Amino acid sequence: MAADYAALKKGGFMRQVQRDNFSVRLAVVGGNLTAEQLATIAGISAKYGDGHVHLTSRQGVEIPFIKLADIDAVKSELERGGVSVGVCGPRVRTVTACQGVDVCPSGCVSTYALAKEISRRYFGRELPYKFKFGVTGCRNNCLKAEENDLGIKGGMSVEWIKDDCILCGVCVKVCREDAISMEDGGIKLDAPKCNQCGRCVKSCPTGAWKGEPGYLLSFGGMFGNIIAQGREVTPIIHDSDALFRAADAAIEFFAANAGAGERFRSAIERAGWDAFKTHVEAALDA
Amino acid sequence: MPDGIIIDAAVDITDVVCPVTFVKAKVALDELDDGQVLSIRMNDGEPVQNVPRSVKDEGHRILRLSDNGDGTYSLIVRKHGD
Repeated sequence: MAADYAALKKGGFMRQVQRDNFSVRLAVVGGNLTAEQLATIAGISAKYGDGHVHLTSRQGVEIPFIKLADIDAVKSELERGGVSVGVCGPRVRTVTACQGVDVCPSGCVSTYALAKEISRRYFGRELPYKFKFGVTGCRNNCLKAEENDLGIKGGMSVEWIKDDCILCGVCVKVCREDAISMEDGGIKLDAPKCNQCGRCVKSCPTGAWKGEPGYLLSFGGMFGNIIAQGREVTPIIHDSDALFRAADAAIEFFAANAGAGERFRSAIERAGWDAFKTHVEAALDA
Repeated sequence: MPDGIIIDAAVDITDVVCPVTFVKAKVALDELDDGQVLSIRMNDGEPVQNVPRSVKDEGHRILRLSDNGDGTYSLIVRKHGD
């Protein structure tokens, strides 16, 4: 049987060192799977694999030791159990996310909803090379936003509401940037020092800090053969429409400027960060 | 104590580290009746950055954070809303 390895890989069937064995990569969004999906995966691993699964570095699940002859059966049984096969190669990869505000007390934004929408829009899209999205709910950055081609980090723009404040001093202490001080019986925010982490909002006992949730975007991160930290080129974005305009602009820029097999970072650096920033700003102003 | 707040009980969590800091404070709060006031003495740094928020998330009411001037702070908490 002649095997089309490129087609197999696109479909998430990763060739193993053992001949005619494949590690089947599954589609996972934001690191979440249902109990039903887990049962399906367990069943396939026991029936067609060797009874174990591998959790990948980017929240994916792979079922190793699937035989070439069983690939079609595995695909259809996975689909019946509500699991689809993932992707590899030069396209938009698994969208990763932490648990975000819906689960985590530190979260500022709803990461899973966002990861699902990003995945719906971009997952598997063909591009010059791999492109990774990661969504983290707050400055704690459990999901490591900056190692992704496009990282999204939740934050908050904050405002002090004098009338609700009891001057307890908690916010002054919880601020890690020393942006908040108590002066003359009032609270002073040194805005340029504020990193929009939202800790003052989260800790204020009387709701005297009002926070508007938003997204901090970083572009051009990668953490493989070459390691580079994604960079912010715009201030915090407060609405998801603008976020998707920026994401569209980044992907357009990548498609237009990168050669085959060239990462987003390299394409940005060749075109220049200023040119890239202008491109993203134009999309945000649209 | 400013504002005439009457402290019903006190707990010192300067001898433990996260996450036991919060656990020790929570146990002390559990021993009080609703509406009673607990003073929690904690170290500067990580405890004072995290314990107030955890206490608030549990539904208690923070009244004040006082600097004791010796590298510790006292968080004055009223058990549950009011």
